[in-house]
Formats: sequence, structure tokens, C-alpha cells
Amino acid sequence: MQTLNDLFLIVSGLLRGAMGSWGFAPGLTDAIMALVSFVAIAALVTVNIIVILWVDRRFAAFFQERLGPNRVGPFGLLQSINDAVKLIGKESIMPAAVDKRVYKFAPVLIFTVTIVLYGFLPYGKGLAPIDMGAGLLFFVAVSSTSTIAILMAGWGSNNKYSLLGGMRTVAQVISYEIPLAFSMIGVVMLSGSMNLGSISAAQHTLWNIILQPIAFFVFIVASLAELTRSPFDMTEAEQELIAGYHTEYSGMRFALFFMAEYANLFSVAALGATLFLGGWEGPLLPGYLWFIGKTWAMVLVILWLRWSFPRARVDKMMKFNWKVLIPLSIANILLTGVGIKLYQYFSTVGR
Amino acid sequence: MSTGYLPLVIFAAGGMLFALVVLATNWLFRPRHGGREKERTYECGLDTEGQTWIQFKIGYYLYALVFVVFDVETVFLFPWALTFKASGMVSFAEMAIFIAVLAMGIWYAWRKGAFEWN
Repeated sequence: MQTLNDLFLIVSGLLRGAMGSWGFAPGLTDAIMALVSFVAIAALVTVNIIVILWVDRRFAAFFQERLGPNRVGPFGLLQSINDAVKLIGKESIMPAAVDKRVYKFAPVLIFTVTIVLYGFLPYGKGLAPIDMGAGLLFFVAVSSTSTIAILMAGWGSNNKYSLLGGMRTVAQVISYEIPLAFSMIGVVMLSGSMNLGSISAAQHTLWNIILQPIAFFVFIVASLAELTRSPFDMTEAEQELIAGYHTEYSGMRFALFFMAEYANLFSVAALGATLFLGGWEGPLLPGYLWFIGKTWAMVLVILWLRWSFPRARVDKMMKFNWKVLIPLSIANILLTGVGIKLYQYFSTVGR
Repeated sequence: MSTGYLPLVIFAAGGMLFALVVLATNWLFRPRHGGREKERTYECGLDTEGQTWIQFKIGYYLYALVFVVFDVETVFLFPWALTFKASGMVSFAEMAIFIAVLAMGIWYAWRKGAFEWN
């Protein structure tokens, strides 16, 4: 069992040992190992996108009492692969009026951010490809970079729908970033670390969701807005804005935006699972399976919310953020502080 | 434990390369049927009226301004939260005062109607 749990660590140890015996410099070994983990993560991202797309469509069909894709392969499992191959052969129309460099760079940037975010996640004990002391802060910082890509797409398209969609997204994402970061502060206070692996390890006996229910609620709502997913998807509201910032994108450039959106769904769910559901902590099964399982539970909740709520109105959404979520998350920080100090006080008095 | 910044650089470079390879594959296989009509800006079927790149609504910039204030607050709060268990009541009181000052800021913006979407 232990061998299965440490499978990836053992493989990486063997590789490192082999490279050491060939006389590679330690720096070179580190670089090659980072490259190996990058290839593994890139494969994971690709598989994830394909699976999430299929699950999303089947899940949506299930909610609406229809069948969903069921023709290509068993249960329609190969439908997403079929779509991906089809997209490779699609024409990419670039309108004459766009700002070419900005327009072309935006999808590349947003996809890069997505891949880097996957690198921060702790897939198991010691299994974070980018393992940093301030990993949580880096995750938030890198994820907010995608705002710039969306603004570039909206502005560079030189289309009024795109501009409106891009502006709405930026206003929404930066507003909801504040409660998102505030909800993490309670977790950092409890675990005394910003390293995602240590945060998981700190939840060995008790998951943070029990100690931080308010923060978990704020996190879920704010991350839905960060992902610009329903009920907060007014940035690409089909009825008003056609598709928002990617109105003018077609072919593979559009596909990059689309894939980044679905891939981010997984990484944000994984962050939620790490912060509040104990990450890879769990009995019997290997850590990475617990991690994937908890993340998928979060993903399914997010997909479920999409079909349960109508789209919010843009003014109400902004009001809700500034007048409800931010005061709530600030109160949660103070409440957590008082709670920890009381606990410390009574545990010293009791002795 | 810590792997440093090298993997971050590799992931950023690799991610960009991945996206470029995907685009290059598409570039190899995609059909090219250009044309002036097709390359017009998408709207209702008519040419767009006026400029798109204009001075935009001020409401969005207000959110951006308030955001900067609170984002800086977050940067102060994270190190404080990190050492919270070890630090005494004084640091807790200090941070409570700091948060109170910012709460006054949000109250001011609220009263001034910065969060109303008109």
C-alpha cells in the first residue's frame, strides 16, 4: 500500500539516481525533472479537458432529461476527442479591424496561465511540481494574470460586444478576487503555512471546511465568479453579448480560450479541495486518488450549480460582492482570530 | 521540499510552447478562404458605427481603484495570518485596527454610491 502511495516519488527518486550516476550536475537534474513533470502535467491537462467536456455535456443532459452525446464510442466517451480533432481542421478567421499582436497573443497567454496553475497543485505528499513556501500566494497571483489576457482579447478584437464583455469580466474578476483571497486567510491562520502541501498535511485530523464554513461558502461563490461560470457568466452572456470577449475568435484560437476555461475549472476545484477538504489526506487509498476524487466532487458541485441557478444581473452581482461577500469574509478573519486566541487561552489554562 | 523558481520558469515556457504548437498544427491543416466580407467586424450584418476604442464608462475604473486598496491589504494580511498562532494579542489588536480602517474605507465608498451600477 505504501509503495502505491509513494509510486511517483519512487519513480522520481529512481530517475534522479540514474541521472546522478551518469554524472549530471544537480542543476541539470532539477531542470530535467521539472521538464518531466511539465510533460506529465501537460498530459493531465489534455486528458482533463477532454473528460470535463464530456462530463459537462452528459451531466447537463442528465439535468435536462435528454441523452447528450452518446454516439461516438461507448457512452459518447470519444465525442470530445472527435471535437478536438475537428477543431484542428477549422479555419481561423481574423477580422481586418483587430489589433493583430494583442489579438493573437491573448489566447496563448490565457492557456499558459492555465498550465502554470496546474503546476502549483499538490497532487500528493511531496507531489507538487512547483513547490514553493508561498505557493498559495503565487497561485492567486498567477491566476489573476488571466484577467490581462481577457482584457487583451476584449480590447484587441475591436468589437463592441468583445469590449463590453472584456470590461465586465475584468470588473467582475478583480472584484471577486478580494473575497477569494480573504477566504484563504482564515485557512492560512489555522495551518500557519502558505505551502499547499503543508496546508493539506495540517488537515490530517480535521478538515478546514468544518472550522471555516463561512470561508468555504465565500470561496465557492467567489471562485464561480473568478471562473466566470454560471450563475456569474454575464461576461459572455449569449443573449446580450453574443460571447463576450471571444466573439471575434474562431478555430483553434477560440478553442484555446474554451480549453483554458474548462481546465481552470479543475484547478480552482483542486485548490478548494486542498484548502478546505484536506487535499490528499485520507485513509487507505493513495493520496493522489483522494486528491483527484475530492477535486472531482468539487467540479461536479460547480457543474451542478450551473444548471440550478439562472444568470445573475450584472449590477446585482457587483452589489452582492461588495456589500455581502467582502464584509462577510472580513468578519470571518476576525472571527477566526478570536477563535484561535480563545482556543490557545483555554488550552493553556486547562493545563 | 521547496523546488525554487526553476520549475515555474519551465512551466511558463512550456505552457506557451504547448499553445503555440497547438496553433501551429491548426495553421498546417486549416483551410484558407479569405475575403473582405468575411473579415468584417461581427455585428448585426451592418458595418459598425463609430469607434470601438473610446473612453470607457467610469464605473469600471471605480471598481479598479477600490480593488487596488483591498489587494494591497491582502498582501499585508497574508504574512500576518502566517505568524498568527505564534504572535500575541498585540499583533491581533493592531491588525483589527488596520482592518477597521479599511472597513471605514469600504463604508465610505458604499455611502458615496461607488457600488451602485448605473
